[in-house]
Amino acid sequence: MNQNTASYKVKQYLMFAGPGTILFFGTVIVPFLYGLYLTLTSWDGTSRSKPFVGLENFVNAFKDTTYWQAMGRTVIYSIFAVVLINIVAFALAYLVTSGVKGQNFFRAGFFVPNLIGGIVLGYVWQFVFNRAFVAIGKAISTGTTVSLLSTPNGAMFCLILVSVWQYAGYMMLIYVAGFMSVSKDVQEASLIDGCTPAQAMKNVTIPLMRSSFVQCIFLSITRCFVVYDVNLSLTKGEPFGSSVLAAMHVYNQAFTYKNYGLGQAEAVILFLVCAIVGVTQVMVGKKGEVEA
Amino acid sequence: MTENEKAARQKKISHAIMWIVLLLLFFCFIFPFIMVVINVFKTKGDIVKNPLALIGAHGFTLENFPAAMKKMKFWTVFFNSLIITSCATVLTIVVSSMASFVIVRNGKWKFCTFIFSLMIASMVIPFQVLMVPLVSVYGGMLNVLNHRITLILLHVGFSVSMAVFMFHGAIKTNIPVALEEAATIDGCTRWQTWWKVVFPLLKPTIATVGIINAMAYWNDYLLPSLVLTKKNLYTIPIATQAFYGTYSTDLGLVMAALLLAMLPILILYVFLQRYIVEGVASGAVKG
Repeated sequence: MNQNTASYKVKQYLMFAGPGTILFFGTVIVPFLYGLYLTLTSWDGTSRSKPFVGLENFVNAFKDTTYWQAMGRTVIYSIFAVVLINIVAFALAYLVTSGVKGQNFFRAGFFVPNLIGGIVLGYVWQFVFNRAFVAIGKAISTGTTVSLLSTPNGAMFCLILVSVWQYAGYMMLIYVAGFMSVSKDVQEASLIDGCTPAQAMKNVTIPLMRSSFVQCIFLSITRCFVVYDVNLSLTKGEPFGSSVLAAMHVYNQAFTYKNYGLGQAEAVILFLVCAIVGVTQVMVGKKGEVEA
Repeated sequence: MTENEKAARQKKISHAIMWIVLLLLFFCFIFPFIMVVINVFKTKGDIVKNPLALIGAHGFTLENFPAAMKKMKFWTVFFNSLIITSCATVLTIVVSSMASFVIVRNGKWKFCTFIFSLMIASMVIPFQVLMVPLVSVYGGMLNVLNHRITLILLHVGFSVSMAVFMFHGAIKTNIPVALEEAATIDGCTRWQTWWKVVFPLLKPTIATVGIINAMAYWNDYLLPSLVLTKKNLYTIPIATQAFYGTYSTDLGLVMAALLLAMLPILILYVFLQRYIVEGVASGAVKG
């Protein structure tokens, strides 16, 4: 049997990769391309006709102030969340690789928030913010305490806090792998050469872990930009729509207000912003990577 | 005291401090879960009065559980989640490992490299961009929403690219071509070579892909909520969301529902903790 003929190759491909390719195209590629087409129509979601409107949806998307407010909030939320997630995750990774007793137990414990879906976590935290923290506030102060979730800034703070709590354990695992990959030799050599442990960390370990940082920051940016579950269950965009993030705005625009074309156009803009930020970060990060 | 003893003592002290810091952080991390656990055994009135008390004024109660289970149809949604997660996970593993096999071994064929690059590139597409067209195509045109099988296939389709990427790496680095040639000489067809020789050697990657995807399917909310809108098809996250919408003021029931929603995966975690942490870590580093 000749294994180089085109028909043999095609048969092999269909036999092994046929189902995977079909599913991949059916769920990702076709909807993606069709979605680009939908941005050029003003479809209401139910009628058969999809009137072609050209670039009107994009013009409207750029005029939609609530969308850009949501986008602005998403950027602010992402900056705070990404920075804090990575600081906390790095600190946790440092602590659980330092050789203290029970470090595997702690590692497993910090990962627990990742096991549970955003919807459930959001409701758990809603209870904590609305009831437990208010009760603590009452116990330690005489004034009236209100839930953080009832003020606009408080709600954003809560979203950031919950995201940090949720993702820190996951990013910690990546930093742990980074710590493990830095060989003990170079660290010891720097200590013998007269570095303090802090200097060794700053000048030797952290530069060698650069790829872990690039990866963690990329993952946290791309997750924060499209966060939806926690936003829905923790704040639902309240109070007064002041905590609606971009993904939630897109969802509401399409499925609640039935502006499918506009919603899809706004989703595409969100995707572009997210992709540009993510790719830039990776390119900047990779540039300065050092080899051990 | 010699230098060595001094250093050893200092190390001991710093370890003790780190251990205490870790313990405090650990407490912060599980605080929300503690809150749920202590309040689930209280009556509604006791929770409102003092959510921090270990035991409510009316004492210990289990009545929240049966009520919440009945109202969120716990067993129905649990089995829905279980069926969808397990079928989708198995399918993802089979479909994407096979696809990556043919892609790796035909590296010179332009078509394979094209598909592979397309898959890598598609990983940056967020779900938000695809949800409207998905509902339009599968709801409006084909009318296949509200079937578990639709959700299973969509789940698989979304994870194929990532899973192929991971299997691609594993086959390329860990499986020597010579092994397959030996199998062919011994009389195996490609199909047999794959199932009898290569696939069993991919066990570590299979575990990683399986764990990552199973967790993602079990916890996913947005896609299932768009596909499954009938109450008897709900998965755990949708049921939790729907339950909260109706009973949000009945805190005892809410606590029980939240605990029930978390319990299956937490129980699993107790037994498979090592594999889950390792699987996620190796998956994250490769991804």
